[in-house]
Amino acid sequence: MIRSMRQKPVIEQERGSLAIRELIDDEDLTRAKVDAWIGARTFPIIEGSSCTFLYRGEADEVHLRHWIFGLPSSQSFQHLPGTDLWVLVMDVPPNSRVEYKLEVIHHGHARWVEDPLNPHRARDPFGANSVIFGAGYESPTWAEADAETRQGTFEDITMPSEAFGDERRVTIYLPARFRRTRRYPLLVVHDGGDYLQYSGLKTVLDNLIHRLEIPELIAVLTYPQDRLREYADDERHARFLTEELVPKVEADFPLRGTPGGRCIMGASFGAVAALSTAVRYPGFYSRLLLQSGSFAFTDIGTQHQRGPLFDPVVAFMNAFRSAPAKVVERTFVSCGIYESLIYENRSLVPFLQSTGMEVRFIEARDGHNWENWRDRLREGLSWLYPGPLWMVYE
Amino acid sequence: MKSSSHVILLGPQRLKPTLGAAVRTLGLDGRIATITAGWQEREADDQELHYHLDGRSINLRLYQRAEELFENDPEFAEAHRARQETLQRLQELYELRLAHALEAVIELFRRPDKSALLDEERGEALEAVRTLDARHLARVAEVHAAFEERWKPTEREEIARERQRLSEILCWTPALAIAGGHVAVLLNRLRLFDIAGLLTGQPIIAWSAGAMAIGQRVVLFHDNPPQGPGHASVLDVGLGLCKGVVPLPHAWRRLKLEDVGRVSRLVRRFHPDLCIALADGGKLEWDGKKWHGDEGAHRLRKDGRLEVMAA
Repeated sequence: MIRSMRQKPVIEQERGSLAIRELIDDEDLTRAKVDAWIGARTFPIIEGSSCTFLYRGEADEVHLRHWIFGLPSSQSFQHLPGTDLWVLVMDVPPNSRVEYKLEVIHHGHARWVEDPLNPHRARDPFGANSVIFGAGYESPTWAEADAETRQGTFEDITMPSEAFGDERRVTIYLPARFRRTRRYPLLVVHDGGDYLQYSGLKTVLDNLIHRLEIPELIAVLTYPQDRLREYADDERHARFLTEELVPKVEADFPLRGTPGGRCIMGASFGAVAALSTAVRYPGFYSRLLLQSGSFAFTDIGTQHQRGPLFDPVVAFMNAFRSAPAKVVERTFVSCGIYESLIYENRSLVPFLQSTGMEVRFIEARDGHNWENWRDRLREGLSWLYPGPLWMVYE
Repeated sequence: MKSSSHVILLGPQRLKPTLGAAVRTLGLDGRIATITAGWQEREADDQELHYHLDGRSINLRLYQRAEELFENDPEFAEAHRARQETLQRLQELYELRLAHALEAVIELFRRPDKSALLDEERGEALEAVRTLDARHLARVAEVHAAFEERWKPTEREEIARERQRLSEILCWTPALAIAGGHVAVLLNRLRLFDIAGLLTGQPIIAWSAGAMAIGQRVVLFHDNPPQGPGHASVLDVGLGLCKGVVPLPHAWRRLKLEDVGRVSRLVRRFHPDLCIALADGGKLEWDGKKWHGDEGAHRLRKDGRLEVMAA
C-alpha cells in the first residue's frame, strides 16, 4: 500500500464517474497497481468533454500551462495523497485541439516539460508542446504522407531585392508532373519555411493536388529576415512581393500571370503582411488566405495593449477599417477560438464583406499554432482555388 | 449512334494496370488505337500506356488535333467556346435545383418512422430527382443538337480532314483503348470528331473517365468534397457505346460506400442502370447481351450493400 492518508481529493466529488476514480477509491493502492493502471491507458484520458491529466513524479506543485484565451493560463494539479500522482480534470469541448506544457515545481525550481504520459507532440519554432485532442477531433488524413500521392519538387533561388537592399531566399514549389506548357496559378506563402516544417505544407499541397481538391499550382515560399518589422504593413515588403518577386517568378515559370491566378497567404503577422500587400496593390492579387491574423486595432485613439511592435499594425488596421476596400475577389479567414485574436478576426469579417468581396470565415477550437493553420488549409485552399475534383477520373 | 458489341470497362490503371492482360484476352493482332485526350496537355505522355500494350499502341491525339483545329478555325472555336459556356451555365442551374431536390430526398429518408405514406413521399421525391436528371440531359442534348445543326462540324473542312485521317487509322486497328482523365474534355473531343461514327465494330476497352464517357450518360460523383454537400450529378449524354451501366471508378475513395442509405439512394436514382464500383484494375465486360464482372467489379445494390459481380 502506497497511500498513507485516506483523504480523498476534490476531484472525486465533482467527477465521480471518471476513470481516475478507480485510483482514488482504491484502498490498497500499490505501485504495481498504479503501473498497471497507467499502462492500460492513453493520456490524457478523454471522457466525453472531460479531460484527465496525470503526472507522476516527485514535485511540490504541478500546473498545466496552456494558451487558451479565456481560461487562467495556469491550472493546478491535485496531489493524490500517499502517491506520487498528480491529477487535473478540466473540460475540453468536443473537436478541440489544445497545446500545453506541464510546469513542475520541485525544491523551489520550476521547469516546463512536455507531458511524459502523452505521446502527442506539436512542433513550432520554439520547440514542441504536448497536445490533447478533444472528443471528435481527427488529425486530417490529407495532411499525412500518402504513398499514392505524386510528389512535388522544390527549387531554391536567391534574388536581389531593391526594396530591401539585400538578397532574399525563395523556395519554389512545383507540382508533380509539372509541365512548362501549362499555366499554373500562384500561391505566395509568408513564413514559407515554418509552413513547411510545422504545418506540413508540402505534404498538404501534394495531397490536395493529388486528390484534385485544388488545381496544380506553383507556390512561392518566402522567408522574412526581420519578420515582425517586415510583416507589419511594411511598404518595402509589399513592393518586394509585388514589383520584384511575383514578376520574377511569372517570368521564370509558367504562371497564369493574371490577378485571378495570384493568391497570398499567411498566418499571424504573415496574415497582416498578406492583407497589407493586397491593400497596397489593389487588384493585383485576387485571393487571400488569412490565418489567425494579428489584426489589432483600436476603436478610439491609438493606445493598445499589444506592445510597440503592433503600432504599425494598429495604424494599418485602423486605416483599413475606416475605409475598407475591395482589394481582392475572395478572402478566406480562419482563427482559433482559443486565441486572443479571435475578437480581431471576427470583427474584421464584416468589414471585408462590406466591400463586396466574397469572404469565408472559419473558426476552430484550437489556438494560435501551426497545426491549427495546417488543419484549415484544405478548406481554405480548395475554396480559393477549387480543383478539378468533379471532372477528373484517372 | 450504335452500341459496341464488345466493351470492356476497367478500373483505375495507375496502381494496378490490367489493360495489357485485358487486351491479350481478346487475341487480336495488330496495333491498338488509343485515346488519351482526357490527359489534356499530357496527352502525348503515353509511354507507359504504350508499354502495357506491348508497344502496339497508336495514339489518335484528339486533344492535340482539337487544339490545332481551334487555332486554324477561329470562327468555329468561338462558337465552340460559346456552347461550352452555355453548357456550363446550364449545369450550374441544374445543380442549384438538384441540391434542393436531393435535400428533400435526404430529409425524407432520414425520418425514422415507417409508414406507407412516408414511403410514397420518398418514392416521389426520388422520382422528382430522376425527372430533373432526365430533363437536364434532354436540355444538354438539345444544346448539342442545335450546335450540330448550326455548325455542322463534321462537314467543316478541317474537321472532315482530321476525321478522314482518324478513320484510316480506325479501319486497321482491331481495338480501341480509351484512357481516363478529365471526363468533360475527353467527351468533348470524342464528340468533336464524332469518334462513335468512325468505329467499325472493334472492341472498346475503356477505364476511369473513358469508361464514364462511352456510356449513355455521364454521372459525376464525390461524397466527400472539400466544399459543398457532394451530390452526384449528371453532366452530359455519353457516346452511348455501351448501355445499362453507371461506372464508378475510384469509388472507394470518392464514395461513402459504408453509408447504406446513401448507396441505396444512388442505386435507386439511376435504376435500371447498374451502378458498378470499379476497384483498381477491376474488369466489367459486355458480351453483347450481358455485363460480366470480375472480383474488382462490385455492384451497388438497392439495399445499399455491395456485391462482387464475380460471385
